[in-house]
Amino acid sequence: MIDTLVHVLLVLALPPLLPGVIARTKAAFAGRNGPPLLQGYYDLARLLRKGSVLPAGSGWVFLAGPVAGVAAPLFASLLLPFGGHSAPVSFAGDMILFAYVLALSRFFTASAALDTGSAFEGMGAAREVAFSCLAEPALFFGFVALARISGSLSLSTMLGTGPGWVTAGAPLVLVAASWAVVLLAENCRIPFDDPNTHLELTMIHEVMVLDHGGPAFGLVLYGAAMKLFVLSALFLRVVFPFNVTDPRLDWIAFVAGILLVAISIGVVESVMARLRLVKVPQLLVGACVLSAFGMLLLAR
Amino acid sequence: MAPAPVTLLLVLGGAFLCVAGGVPGLFLPPGAPARRIATAGSVGGSLLGLAGAAGAALTGRVESLTRPWPLPAAALHLELDALSAIFLVPLFLVSAVAAVSGARSFGDAEHPADARRTRFFFGLITGAIALVLLARNGLFFLASWEVMALSAFFLVTADRSSREARDAGRLYLFATHAGTLTLFGFFAVLRHLTGSTELVPLARGVAGTDAGTALFALALVGFGFKAGILPLHFWLPPAHAAAPAHVSALMSGVLIKTGIYGIVRFTSLVPDPPASWGDLLLVLGVASAVLGVAFALGQHDLKRLLAWHSVENIGIIVLGLGAGLAGRAAGRPEWALLGLAGALFHVVNHGLFKSLLFLGAGEVVHVAGTREMDRMGGFGRVLPKTAFFFLAGAVAISGLPPLNGFASEWLVYLGLFDRAQASGADALRAAFAAPALALTGALALACFVKAHGAVFLGSLRGEAPNAHGEPAAHVAPMAILAGACALLGLWPAGIAPALANAAAVAAPGPASAVPLAELASLVPLGLSALALVLVLGAVALFLRGRLAAAPATAGPTWDCGYARPTARMQYTASSFARGPVGFFKWALLPRARGVPVAKLFPAGARFESHVPDTVLDRAIVPAFRAGAWLAQKGRALQGGRLQLYLLYVVATLVALLFRV
Repeated sequence: MIDTLVHVLLVLALPPLLPGVIARTKAAFAGRNGPPLLQGYYDLARLLRKGSVLPAGSGWVFLAGPVAGVAAPLFASLLLPFGGHSAPVSFAGDMILFAYVLALSRFFTASAALDTGSAFEGMGAAREVAFSCLAEPALFFGFVALARISGSLSLSTMLGTGPGWVTAGAPLVLVAASWAVVLLAENCRIPFDDPNTHLELTMIHEVMVLDHGGPAFGLVLYGAAMKLFVLSALFLRVVFPFNVTDPRLDWIAFVAGILLVAISIGVVESVMARLRLVKVPQLLVGACVLSAFGMLLLAR
Repeated sequence: MAPAPVTLLLVLGGAFLCVAGGVPGLFLPPGAPARRIATAGSVGGSLLGLAGAAGAALTGRVESLTRPWPLPAAALHLELDALSAIFLVPLFLVSAVAAVSGARSFGDAEHPADARRTRFFFGLITGAIALVLLARNGLFFLASWEVMALSAFFLVTADRSSREARDAGRLYLFATHAGTLTLFGFFAVLRHLTGSTELVPLARGVAGTDAGTALFALALVGFGFKAGILPLHFWLPPAHAAAPAHVSALMSGVLIKTGIYGIVRFTSLVPDPPASWGDLLLVLGVASAVLGVAFALGQHDLKRLLAWHSVENIGIIVLGLGAGLAGRAAGRPEWALLGLAGALFHVVNHGLFKSLLFLGAGEVVHVAGTREMDRMGGFGRVLPKTAFFFLAGAVAISGLPPLNGFASEWLVYLGLFDRAQASGADALRAAFAAPALALTGALALACFVKAHGAVFLGSLRGEAPNAHGEPAAHVAPMAILAGACALLGLWPAGIAPALANAAAVAAPGPASAVPLAELASLVPLGLSALALVLVLGAVALFLRGRLAAAPATAGPTWDCGYARPTARMQYTASSFARGPVGFFKWALLPRARGVPVAKLFPAGARFESHVPDTVLDRAIVPAFRAGAWLAQKGRALQGGRLQLYLLYVVATLVALLFRV
């Protein structure tokens, strides 16, 4: 019970910190001070109090995007183990539900973008759904590999395969590498998308939400941070599938791990440039191939 | 004395009412009375049949009737079991709602010559499909099959004034008869092997022989034509695009499933299916699913897009069947149960959401006066209810929780994952099928974001459509179908007994020790779907509260600083799909034409792109052209002169003399 409470509190409270950590990491690389760590929270508090401008002619679908954008990762997090603590909800096959609930948020985010009738937002929506067509198989190849390693079909037991690094190290490395690419692509980080770009033509996620403002935009930011948090937790559990014996220490280790993932993303963003859009599918196909190889290594 | 076959009689009575309802209209003058009788017959008959089918599906009772038929080797042998029932349920449900919708959308006022004929054939095809699903005698099956196939031809060509409909009907007629011909061969070989025209199980060991392989190949081709499995799907997109919407709903939702039924019924007669059968179905399923949705993405025509999605969904169903067959071959009843139950569940689900989408699309096409999505946009404001239910159908067909499409794909996934965990090279096939299904899901999502977005969202592209409200006869059928989609998505455990009963008929032999609902954790799945709805609702309420707390104004959309954006600058459906279509250009062979932008200050530019059916354009049509060319050459032999024919006789005699 306490575990579930901590789990939900973490999901609700921690996500806005991650963009702040990433921004500070990038600032450190660039020799700047950067925004405060808690900037995400300030932004949210400000946006939720603001009024909003809705694009003329848009309907309820325009607002369904931000709603699904928060609700889906929030729900998906309930299926995911945080560190050594198993998920509040787990049953055989929950990883499929996990992936598809995130897809539900993609459906509504892209639809909300189309509801504005803007050429740029349509472009962003098209890119978002096209690139995730390639990210999804990479995720599922990884699921199959993990299912074979752990003999389980539930995220809670499937991911906690500490001994897996001994018996099936090579496949796990491949899956982790592939999922790192998925993590960056699904959260629209460099090298796929530059969250700080100011040119609409090159954006993916940011261009979809250009017209959202006020509380709706607050939910968009919150949802994006939460998705980053959830996928980071998934990735973290693959890289570090060990349990810390003391439950309190385990929570601390988990939070530290998540922050470490955020810092790594910041490092990647600092040392790499954004890829040209035509190269993005190639990298994603590469991720698919990596996790497919990971799966093939397990064929015995 | 055996108890009276209540459910079977209910189904038969329902089928009879559906057929009979359309008959008076053939003699009455066109108008309201004839229309009401036909609709009442379809609805009443369907409700009766639905009661019988649902009873048989849930109880798993088997009831049969046999009457002699004055044809050699034929008998009127009917049997209702859970497998037939699970196909009958969507048939009657879709038939009822589509009849109501069609009575309005394809009415006497707009189609004075064709409406009553269409109502008659609509009732007839419902009855014929019911008989196909009940028939247990080969000849009787073929007779019902042919009535069904011909009714479908008359329904596709319902609008006789349309050249497109006539062409599509001709292509359909060719395809369906190619299929029927193969089925004649199938039943002949079956009779040779079992010694009876009744559908009785094969002996053990027969399936592995050459004759068994031939039988499987004939069934796959014969039924595959009807189901639209790639590459036998080529009749399907034109026919579904040209037919009236309520006919497309019935054909796509139910009719093509008779092909699936044929394959399932046949494999249920085989006690020991070889592993290769399951694997072949797995490969065909993946090909149909992935390429079907890829072709769908390339379409500009809303109804053609939906038709291509039928190819995709048939692929998912065949994938499930393949997993089921492979499970039987491997002696793992729980894989077989998951695969088959997933396939059969998807049969029901696809019937619901595809007919929902077609009914919505019909209204859109009617209002817009075109099927081109690139000329639509912003219809959500004109047809708000249609937009809502179309969105529900789009979410369901993309396989997203909390609706029913996810629940059936879930079963198929579990079947694949279970098998993928096993040891051996065998497991690898399933291991590749699961990510392929994920790819299909992501592509379907892209396609339905596009279809729903291009039609209902954004702003109007052309002039305002001639909207005339949304009458109950149009909204209620969609509401019923959407409600059924939500119910099955939120409470999948409710249909589990029916699926398990049907899967037990489809896979005779050792049953899974764990019941389906437990094996597939359907209760937690349903609760999760419910929880997801609650979380969505809570966040929506929160946003609503925040929006109400501060003023909201309307403003123009942001177009990069350009102050006068017009509706024509919106992203079109074709542009939206360009990325994924590009991934598949090796199979889709998209054709682009136009005048590119040249020089500074270009005078004008034009661009158009099409994704034609590769199989039809590159294989079927050239093959028939070649055939026609050969036949043309052969006509030289037919000189029409007596001397020439005498010469042929002499030449033949001489040739025979040398041979002896």
